[in-house]
This record gives sequence, C-alpha cells and structure tokens, in this order.
Amino acid sequence: MRLVIRQDYDAVSEHMAAYIRDRINEFNPTPEKPFVLGLPTGSSPVGVYKNLVKYYQNGELSFKNVVTFNMDEDHPESYHSFMWHHLFKHVDILPQNVHILNGNAENLDDECKKFEEKMKAFGGVELFLGGIGPDGHIAFNEPGSSLSSRTRVKTLAYDTILANSRFFDNDISKVPRMALTVGVGTVMDAREVAIIITGAHKAPALAKCIEEGVNHMWTVSAIQLHPKALIVCDEDATLELHVKTVKYFKSIEHVVNDLIGAENVGLQGNVLY
Amino acid sequence: MPFPISFNSMHDERHENTSRLIKIINGRLIRDHKIVEDDVLYIYDGKILDSQNYFFSANGDVPDEIIDAKGLLISPGFIDVQINGAFGSDFSDWQGEENMRCNVDNVAKGLLKYGCTSFVPTIISSKSEIYQKVLPVLKTRKGNKTNGAEVLGVHLEGPFIQSSQHGAHEVSHVRTAPNGFSDFVETYGLREGNDHNIRLITVAPEVEGVLDSLKDLIRIGVTVSIGHSSATVAQAEEAVEKGAKSITHLFNAMQQFHHRDPGIIGMLGTTRIPRPYYGIICDGIHAHPNSIKIAYDSHPSGAILVTDAMAAMGLPPGDYTFGGIPVRKTADDKVEVIKTGRLAGSVITMDSCVRNFKKFTGCSIIEAIEAATLHPAELLGIQHIKGTLHAGADADLVFLNEDLRIVRCFIAGEEIEI
Repeated sequence: MRLVIRQDYDAVSEHMAAYIRDRINEFNPTPEKPFVLGLPTGSSPVGVYKNLVKYYQNGELSFKNVVTFNMDEDHPESYHSFMWHHLFKHVDILPQNVHILNGNAENLDDECKKFEEKMKAFGGVELFLGGIGPDGHIAFNEPGSSLSSRTRVKTLAYDTILANSRFFDNDISKVPRMALTVGVGTVMDAREVAIIITGAHKAPALAKCIEEGVNHMWTVSAIQLHPKALIVCDEDATLELHVKTVKYFKSIEHVVNDLIGAENVGLQGNVLY
Repeated sequence: MPFPISFNSMHDERHENTSRLIKIINGRLIRDHKIVEDDVLYIYDGKILDSQNYFFSANGDVPDEIIDAKGLLISPGFIDVQINGAFGSDFSDWQGEENMRCNVDNVAKGLLKYGCTSFVPTIISSKSEIYQKVLPVLKTRKGNKTNGAEVLGVHLEGPFIQSSQHGAHEVSHVRTAPNGFSDFVETYGLREGNDHNIRLITVAPEVEGVLDSLKDLIRIGVTVSIGHSSATVAQAEEAVEKGAKSITHLFNAMQQFHHRDPGIIGMLGTTRIPRPYYGIICDGIHAHPNSIKIAYDSHPSGAILVTDAMAAMGLPPGDYTFGGIPVRKTADDKVEVIKTGRLAGSVITMDSCVRNFKKFTGCSIIEAIEAATLHPAELLGIQHIKGTLHAGADADLVFLNEDLRIVRCFIAGEEIEI
C-alpha cells in the first residue's frame, strides 16, 4: 500500500485527479478496451472531479472510452444529480457507459446482481476511487460488513445517516435508512483501489485502517490485503498516526523522487529499470 | 351570452425537425432570477431538454454539436408585446393580403438581429373593416429560422380608448361600446365558433361599455391591458379587479400623476389587489429616465419592456406613414406626427430597451433581461415555453456580452446570422 500525504484537501484532490488522468492516458483506452472506473459520491471526491473536468477542458483527458460504475446509491435523484453536476455534464463520457445502481428497481437483489455482472462484462474495474466515512467505511459497507461482501442492499449506520442529513435539509427523518452498495469484496476485486482521506475527523479511521489489523469494524482496512492500494490524505488526517508512520511514508516519496528519480518509477510504484 | 371561441395558440405547421442534439457549454445562464455559471443546455428539436434526465434516460446520446458560449450571458429570446411595425412595414396599414403577409415576414425576420424572437404585432385604432381584413392574416406562427420571430397573436390597441388620450391614433376611429361585448365582437369581426388570434387588447376602462366587457374578453382568451385612458385610480383598480393584467405604455397617453388621484400611474402603489404589469418604452424620449426609475423602484417585477416601434424602426431618418398618418423620423430617433408634432411611436429596438432600462434604473442584468423575457411571458401566460431557459421551453436564445450587446441569436434551436 502506498500512502501519499499532501498539505490539504485541494492538494489531495489535485494529486488524486492527476493520478487518475495519468492512469487513464497510460492505459490508452479504446472502445474495445475501455478504462473501467469506480466512482464515489460525497464531499471527498468533489475536488477530484473538479480537476478532472479541468483536464478535460484543457484537452489533457477524454472520457470517451471510460466506463464508470458508481459505488453506492441511497436516493436516486440526489446521486444522479450529484454525478451529473460534478462530472458527467462537463465531459465527453457516453451516456451508455455510465452505471449507477437503481434504488427504484423493482427487484433490488436482482439489480445488485446485474451490477456485478456488468462490471465483469467490461473486464472488471481497473481503478476504484473511494472516500471513507469517519468510521472507516468504504462505499456503504458500514462497520461489521463482511469483508467479502458483494453488491447488495445495506442498512445504514447512525453515523452515516447523521452525515448524510446535510444533503436532506439537515432533517434526520428525511435521510434514507437503506442503501444499495458495492461490497468490500467488489472493491477489492478492482485492479487498483485509490482512497482519499481528508480532515481531522477522519484521522482515527486512517490510523485504524493502516496501523492496526484488518478488521470488519473499519472496513476500509481490507485494502491491506490488496496488491495495489493507494491512499492520498492530507496532513490533518494523519493526526492519529504515529510520527514514525508518517515519516516512513514521506521518506518513501523522498527516496523515489530524489534517490531513484521519479522518471525511473512507474505510475503504480513499479521500478522501470 | 355563449360565445364558444378561444384564443388559437398555434395553428401553423410545425417547423422542420432538425433532429440534432446540441449541447451549449460555458454559458452564464439567466435562470431562476440568477446567473447560473456552471450548467449546460441541451437542445433538441427546437426545445430545451432536461439535460440530466435525458442523459440518464434509455435513449440518452452524445451531442451532435457542442457550442462553446465562451462565458457569454445566455438569455431567453426577447418578447415584444407592442410593436406596430418596422423596416417600412406597418401592421395597421392595409394594402391587401399579400402585402400584409410580406409585412409579417419582413418584421419577423428583421427582429431576430435585435434578439427579439417573439412579438405581438400591434394594430392601432382602425375602422372595423380593417380589423376584419388584417386579423385573419396576422395568424399566430411558430418562430424558426425560415419564419423568423414567432408571431404570438395580435395586440389590438384600441379603438375602445379615450378620445382625449388618442395619442397618434386617428381620433375618428376611437369609439365606445354601448352594447358591451357585442360591440367588440362586431368591431373586430369575431365569428361564433371560429378561433381568433387576439392575444392582447388595450382598452380605456372609463369608456362606456368597456368594464362590463372585460369578463367576456378574458373568457375568450384575450389578455387585457389598460391605456390610452383618463381613468381615475378607482376606475383603474376596478379594471384590474375585473381581470385587466397590464398597463399599456405607462406614462404615455394617460392622466398624469396627481397626488389626490394618481390615475392609472397610481396602480404602481395599489395595495388592495395584485399590481398589474406595465409596458414601458425605454427610449428616453417617451418617458424620462427618472420616470422609468420611479416605476421600476415601486414595482420591479411588473416591468415589461416594449418598443412600441413603428414602421420607421430600422430605417433611415425621413418622412413615413403610420396608420395612414404622415410622420417624420428625425436624426435623433424621434418620430412625430407631422401635423401636430405629437410623438408617434418609437423606433427603438428590444436590445436597446434592455440596455437603457439597466442604465436608467441601475437594476441588475438579471432584472433588465427578465423585463424583456420572463415578465412579458408571464403577462401572456406562456412562461413555460417562452421567456425562460427551463426544460420544455422553446430554444430561443440570445448570447450577450457584459454590455448586453447581442453576440449570437438562436431561434427554435437554430442559429441565425446577426
């Protein structure tokens, strides 16, 4: 696992967006071999999307051959609306390449099963971008979720309902109690998992997820078992980490940039010579 | 009295389906009383689409064309509810059917370069026989690249007006309605069972028979405006209570403001009933800029910019005829009746009205534009298809720079040359 520490939310957003841009461009997607990207909603990815839109407008990035799968959905209108306003309406993505779980589907189990099948049909997810909740949940895989779970209907934790109330006039009673979500296992099946963690309120979650063992009470900790995991966090999110942990990951970046030379290291950390 | 006719909102053939999906990016949209910086417009088949729903729908597709608005303001097309003519054409001057058709084409096409994408051709007080000839020709007609601006129906300004406030109208045509609504039916040549195309009518409430006719006029789908009138404020209020929705060219051809009885102008201060809209000619000649500021300050959401333009609009200075009356256009864009020296309508364009209104009143860009788009659409009850950038509206668009100069214009989704 790689941990990249940046000063603040903006710097984190820029780093993650540039990384996704470079990954897509290096992949060189075609209609036959599209780049399959998993996407989150929420406040964490807004800055990343803003930068991706900028890259598209500058001609540095195209979404023509990018296929997207959204991680979760608890309120159809708000999730479609979120993705439309922050990303899709600004770029050249094809409508048929966009996949969002439909919480209004008649048979929700069936909807979840089909979602997984579609991912498989596209050859699996190349990169899953994610954020986490203060309790360390990824997508809506709340504490206690099976680490091998698949896409399914999930009851939300009280913390998550509280956090979501800001999208519902701060009225707890309006926030949906259930959601459709990809499972931890679904995320882990992606060939790469990239997580954004910012803010002091998420510092305990970051510490639990990377300094302690794999634990279903902090579901994002499952990425410890993933061969290609990347976390980009800000300084505030490191507050609960050991000084030693922070220094270790910073030193790796130092070694790469100054001793090996960034030009000798691939995007995913592989040494090129 | 039963009179089963109604306003015929559209009986012309539909425009050709262009069937191309257009996406407009980087525009600053005038929508919901705001300038929306971060949205896109999808246009298909002459209409504005709900872009998000379209994208996520089963038939969502990629745009055939992307238009970069480059940060320009995007306004709905302007709507002129009072225009007597332009480019040498005069809607009140009957020279035969073919000639009147040419007048409509001439004006409809010419107005687009001023951002005016819909208009209500206006006929001043005329003999009954003129209405019976002109009305069937001035049909509502869809706006598009071939037709030009949309014809929303006819504005009948008179002849049921106050003879002492006739302005440039020929006083001998002015009349009363002692028999009430049936005088309207007879004068305009309405036929039982036939739809009509009268969108708007200007009447003087104090004229005999007018107040009692309002109910029937409204019933058959006519929007009533009061003007060319010496009405007291009480008479004006009664007209509004009976359904009149607007004042025709506020300040002009009406009793001037007096504090004991402020007349029609006093409707700006009424608290008993919803205040009417008011048309206002923003050329700086028909009303002093300060007067316009006073009207705007007292009732900003009622302002409707009208040109009241006559045949000389878009023509060089010289002598012309307006409803059979010789008039002179001077070098400083004044038009006077030669015989009397009275003002005879204006030669201003809608885009100038918008710029002047902002300059005279100090209002925001949004308010200036809404006075030429949303408010006239609301007056005519067509705010779901005109005067708005909401989904479902006609894709009549004007791209404006910061100085409110027109840069590009689209009608029914097609761009026209400025």
